[in-house]
Amino acid sequence: MSTTARVLIGVGQEHRGDDAVGLLVAREVAAAGAAGQAGLSVIEHDGDGMDLMLVWEGAEQVVVVDAVVSGERAPGRFERFEAHATPLPTKPFAAHSSHAFGVAEAIELARAMDRLPGSLVVYGVEAACFDTGSRPGPAVREAVATVARQVLRELRLEEAPDA
Amino acid sequence: MSERRRIQVDALARVEGEGAMSIVLEGDRVEDVQLRIYEPPRFFEAFLRGRGHEEAPDITARICGICPVAYQMSAVHAMEEALGIPVTKPLRDLRRLLYCGEWIESHVLHVYMLHLPDFLGYEDAIRLARDRRDDVERGLRLKKIGNDLVSAVAGRAIHPINVRVGGFHRAPRRRDLQALCPELEWARDAALETVRLVAGLDFPDFRCDHEFVALRHEDEYPFNEGRIVSTGGLDTEAHAFESHFEELHVAHSNALHARIRGRGHYFVGPQARYNLNSDRLSPVARAAAEEAGLGPRCDNPFQSIVVRAVEVLESCEEALRIIDEYEEPVASCVDYELRAGVGHACTEAPRGVLYHRYEIDDQGTIVDARIVPPTSQNQATIEDDLRRFVQQHATLPDDQLQWKCEQAIRNYDPCISCATHFLKLEVERR
Repeated sequence: MSTTARVLIGVGQEHRGDDAVGLLVAREVAAAGAAGQAGLSVIEHDGDGMDLMLVWEGAEQVVVVDAVVSGERAPGRFERFEAHATPLPTKPFAAHSSHAFGVAEAIELARAMDRLPGSLVVYGVEAACFDTGSRPGPAVREAVATVARQVLRELRLEEAPDA
Repeated sequence: MSERRRIQVDALARVEGEGAMSIVLEGDRVEDVQLRIYEPPRFFEAFLRGRGHEEAPDITARICGICPVAYQMSAVHAMEEALGIPVTKPLRDLRRLLYCGEWIESHVLHVYMLHLPDFLGYEDAIRLARDRRDDVERGLRLKKIGNDLVSAVAGRAIHPINVRVGGFHRAPRRRDLQALCPELEWARDAALETVRLVAGLDFPDFRCDHEFVALRHEDEYPFNEGRIVSTGGLDTEAHAFESHFEELHVAHSNALHARIRGRGHYFVGPQARYNLNSDRLSPVARAAAEEAGLGPRCDNPFQSIVVRAVEVLESCEEALRIIDEYEEPVASCVDYELRAGVGHACTEAPRGVLYHRYEIDDQGTIVDARIVPPTSQNQATIEDDLRRFVQQHATLPDDQLQWKCEQAIRNYDPCISCATHFLKLEVERR
């Protein structure tokens, strides 16, 4: 359970190519010295939905960064979703998850049970390669710093950023 | 001329990992059934070689985010056999307590989030929660006490870090465990409520005659220790596992199938444990099982959801007993000398018997490793269930038949990620 008011959750798997992008963004934000500032907790997570709900429990503002596969954007491009207001499009988030109960399911279950945080923003970074043992591709690696900057703005500003 | 039908699910939902199902019917006759596991292999056995024996529990825990404790337990027991390390109370009880936490976590996830929607006619747990929020709230709270137990004993809920060969890095404080008791007492009541909930579900009339295989201990419901027994009369020890069981490649799966030598496929998991150990349940869990109508043996795989609920109750009861009796140990682990040797162990993962064998040299370096997880052992049994179930229900429309077949697979709570870590490179692919 989170004991802080704000949580950044970077979701991914270290050794499955572009899937690591959430973890890399979380590390970039932590490296910028943001962890601990204004009650911010930075967490790396493997995306198991049941536990995700426990991670953000009690938090007022939550940002999640995860890899997505829309098939409509170039790798490294990202999209911002206000998940507290609108359900996530399931397909881009579920397409690469090996979990029985993933990020999108966790958010929708929390919504069904009135357990969503007041603000839950999800950054979906387009991914292309999930090969076992591979490193993130160049397009995704280049996107990490940009997404991290966007997340920092998100966490420091109450108003919606200009994503 | 009979009609040829194919029922195909390219990505199974509500199972851990990546798998598919394919069924071919010629008229009403089942021609082919395949549970296809296409998740890539992960070669854990290969990269254990050359690593220190003390690394095995932490490396193998990474095989699965749902049942890391099972991997840690089989690893430390096998190493302790190789090194001749006796682990007794209270460290032994702490390991049972840790396993209680994992069974609760894993079973509750499956019962409430993955399997219950099948029986109640919901597409998933989200839709279930909209109509039956109290049930899902109960499941979430139960799952959390499982997480809390694992965290209290082993440092954190996922991929715990406190288990080591010979015991633990640090023994939990008695007061920290006792702090869990009020919530565990709630959980015991909630688990009983869960048994009653699932006992009232509508189960297809379907019986199997598989050979059930599980551990059996002289006076405990099995977690960490026991002889390997079966409903077919097998009675042996972990060091003879490979004499009685063999693995084989099949072209359509990235996970090895398994069979009892000279006999064929078999069934491990909660239902096997129950069928071979129902007399070892605590009085509370045994009474709940009887009230649920299970009897001493359960042959309908669709009722595995009831058995899992009974095992959640058993885990809560056992956890309360262990915490009540717990005295902090003088040392958190047993000292030992290194020596060359071979060690074997089977423990009861939530999904069934998990076998580990390690050969280590006189410096404690791993020379060879073998891991046989429960889901791989059950693959052929799942296919057999599907074949017979489809044969009995071949007249159902395709969409209903597909729904029932996916449910039949979920009866086994397959963990495909676990099953695929040991594939050998020479496997044939289509």
